[in-house]
Amino acid sequence: MSFDVAAIRGQFPILSEIIDGLPVHYLDNGASAQTPLAVMDAVRHYETTGRANVLRGVHRLAERATESYENARAQVATFLGVPTMEVVFTGGCTAAINLVAFSYGSLLKPGDRILLSELEHHSNIVPWQLLRSRAGIELDMLPVTTDGRIDLSALPRLLTPKTKLVSLAHVSNVTGALLDVRTVVESAKAVGAKVMLDGAQRAPHGPLDLPSLGIDFYAVAGHKAYGPNGIGALWGRPELMEAMPPFMGGGSMIGRVTLAETTWAPSPRRFEAGTPPIGPAIGLGAACAWMETLDWAGAHDHEMALVQRLMDGLQEIDGTQLFGPASLQNRYPVVSFMLDGVHPHDVAQTLDSFGVAVRAGHHCAQPLMDRFDLDGTTRVSMAPYNDNGDIDALLAGVAHAAKTLR
Amino acid sequence: MSDQLYQERIVALAKAKSGAGKLENPTRTVRRDNPLCGDRVILDVRLDDEGRIAEIGHQVRGCLLCQASASALSAVAVGRDAAGIAELRHDAERALGREPGETHEPFDAFAPVAAHKARQDCVLLPLEALKDALS
Ligand SMILES: Cc1ncc(COP(=O)(O)O)c(C=O)c1O
Repeated sequence: MSFDVAAIRGQFPILSEIIDGLPVHYLDNGASAQTPLAVMDAVRHYETTGRANVLRGVHRLAERATESYENARAQVATFLGVPTMEVVFTGGCTAAINLVAFSYGSLLKPGDRILLSELEHHSNIVPWQLLRSRAGIELDMLPVTTDGRIDLSALPRLLTPKTKLVSLAHVSNVTGALLDVRTVVESAKAVGAKVMLDGAQRAPHGPLDLPSLGIDFYAVAGHKAYGPNGIGALWGRPELMEAMPPFMGGGSMIGRVTLAETTWAPSPRRFEAGTPPIGPAIGLGAACAWMETLDWAGAHDHEMALVQRLMDGLQEIDGTQLFGPASLQNRYPVVSFMLDGVHPHDVAQTLDSFGVAVRAGHHCAQPLMDRFDLDGTTRVSMAPYNDNGDIDALLAGVAHAAKTLR
Repeated sequence: MSDQLYQERIVALAKAKSGAGKLENPTRTVRRDNPLCGDRVILDVRLDDEGRIAEIGHQVRGCLLCQASASALSAVAVGRDAAGIAELRHDAERALGREPGETHEPFDAFAPVAAHKARQDCVLLPLEALKDALS
């Protein structure tokens, strides 16, 4: 097997830029991935040959726009392994989670419980805290193991008949740990709780087969999955979505409006009030179609080889410490580490001067940082287009920070 | 590599750790957080009868720039009142290129941060904390 990294890199123009005299070693994919020409071309094609509003016009541009938008929905659905009309376009992953927190949340009663974990991104904590203040529900938190995985041995203790929803990161944005979905679903179903996965960090690593997971909701961020900003997707089990009231009110989501009463359109329209982000949705569709063309078995092996190279290299630098699973099993290529005596921001700033982009800090997971009493970590998050050169540049930068900053 | 930011003087200030630690009997203790990056400064000050700083101690949980700034500030804060500290703040602002004019020791060391807008709050956080302590 040989995975052709160079061919993939060639599809991402930004990777061959020289910026302020430095090459682009982009290892901040967990924050936002880069976008391939196929995505830019699809958006440009819409903007130059079919730009109009969707669903509202009879002229040919409106028809083209509607067709492209619905085609994008089909592309996202194929990527997720679900029927087209079960996919709702949202403003992002955060928006998708807030939609569920509001609409599914409005069906809950005081005293009902929602189970989260201590490693969640703030976007999978704060919407539930808002719901708690609105609806009087209670939140429970699964703890995290020392190697940065959600500790599922606490499930029996924390799942109760009052638990209505378990909402967890499919892949951690800090440690790269992959959730054992089967165990979560089995335990949750046993008490009648629904399961939502925050797929922001999983979707960028290849097509999914959501029905086989047995879950109820799945949220995706477009910009982390090689698509544009301002777009995301939510999949929800149809019988749940049909029972949920709208999140926002406006055009396109109605059955019939009178001043006395309005009836709702069926999902997905019910949850897509107003003019949607049409270009970004088309871009996300193209990103999903682009991902379908990749050899993901090869890509995954390639990414894990990079993770191994990174871990081996870090070990040779005095005072580095990994935060997250040490194993390559059940993980994705997100690696957090600390360098003794050097703050993560100073590591990241030094890396920037080597042309290496990483993220440093709390990664919007402050409860996790508090739990392990960390100032933050330096996070390396990879995509299939990363190569050995990126990792070696990073290691050189970390070694330099270790030598000069402490 | 283009290593403009972490110049020797900044690293030396951070390593000097002037004023690092707690005070026994502080007149005031203040804490300041930067919610964006998580930097945190806890400052103890002991004031004399005229409201001048007699002693200062800082605990920084943050990056090198924040540590260097707390260290620089502690080195020159003693004997100053609120107006004197405000003058140091202007000095820091000038070093960061946010105000016109010449800067002086020790804040002139932060001139390289002028080109790194995202990091300027790290330098200013200890000054913010001290302003709180004196107000
Ligand atoms: C695990 C996880 N969930 C949710 C989000 C939020 O995504 P967005 O900011 O694109 O809505 C992120 C982004 O950092 C994430 O990593």
